[in-house]
Amino acid sequence: MARGSIPILRVGDTLLATVHVDLRDDVAEAFQEDVLTELEKRRAAGLVIDVSGLDTVDTYVARILADTGRMARLMGADTVIVGMRPDVAATLIRMGYAMDGVLTAMNVDDGMANLAARAAERKRG
Amino acid sequence: MTSADGVTVLRRHEMPIRDEDDVVLVRRKVKQLAQARGFDAFAAAAITTATSEITRNAWVHGGGGRAIIEEISDGDRMGLRLELKDEGPGIADLDRALAGGYSTARSMGLGLSGSKRLVDDLEVETAVGRGTIVRMEKWTRY
Repeated sequence: MARGSIPILRVGDTLLATVHVDLRDDVAEAFQEDVLTELEKRRAAGLVIDVSGLDTVDTYVARILADTGRMARLMGADTVIVGMRPDVAATLIRMGYAMDGVLTAMNVDDGMANLAARAAERKRG
Repeated sequence: MTSADGVTVLRRHEMPIRDEDDVVLVRRKVKQLAQARGFDAFAAAAITTATSEITRNAWVHGGGGRAIIEEISDGDRMGLRLELKDEGPGIADLDRALAGGYSTARSMGLGLSGSKRLVDDLEVETAVGRGTIVRMEKWTRY
């Protein structure tokens, strides 16, 4: 099961994935592969992962999210993780997992704006 | 039932850990109990996340087991006490696992050490070839 169970929408040249509650491990893994496949298929330049619906993010799920960003980066797309809840952020840092190297924003709008600004900067060289 | 340390067990729940769905069910139960017993969002996230880490360990490394969740009170505060038990291979180097950096295929090695930082008390009983029992407690704040 699992494949395709997390909705991935295209908005402009960005993909928006909305992750919801109670992510099973196999759903998280399938999501990672779905997102990378969609990035290539739709030639998206950026990826926004909305985690505002996630109320529990353990180190396994956090690593899947951070790795997805790194994989997208290898393919040439920037990833922004948006909407992390305060209790989730506090829990991850207290556990010793900082998700280094991952771009973040408070919400989807800010994440989109962040990606647009990076794309514009890249064009200017 | 009040023990010598003045802690009363109000309710006790036992749940199997047989597969990935059980990992989700156990952590969902803990989240729901934490909220019902007055844990704030941060404390509830802490005990739920620690439960997720340890329950996953019991399933992935221990081949499954069972979770006992107790709703406890010391007269002033409410708390949750968990016992997560598996009959897997055990943890060969417990000190290293508790210090972090004990990396396996499926975890980053932060599961046990990270969970210890999230709860008020965490103890591990393990023997190679005989399995692992993790006990942890988390209390509401005053």
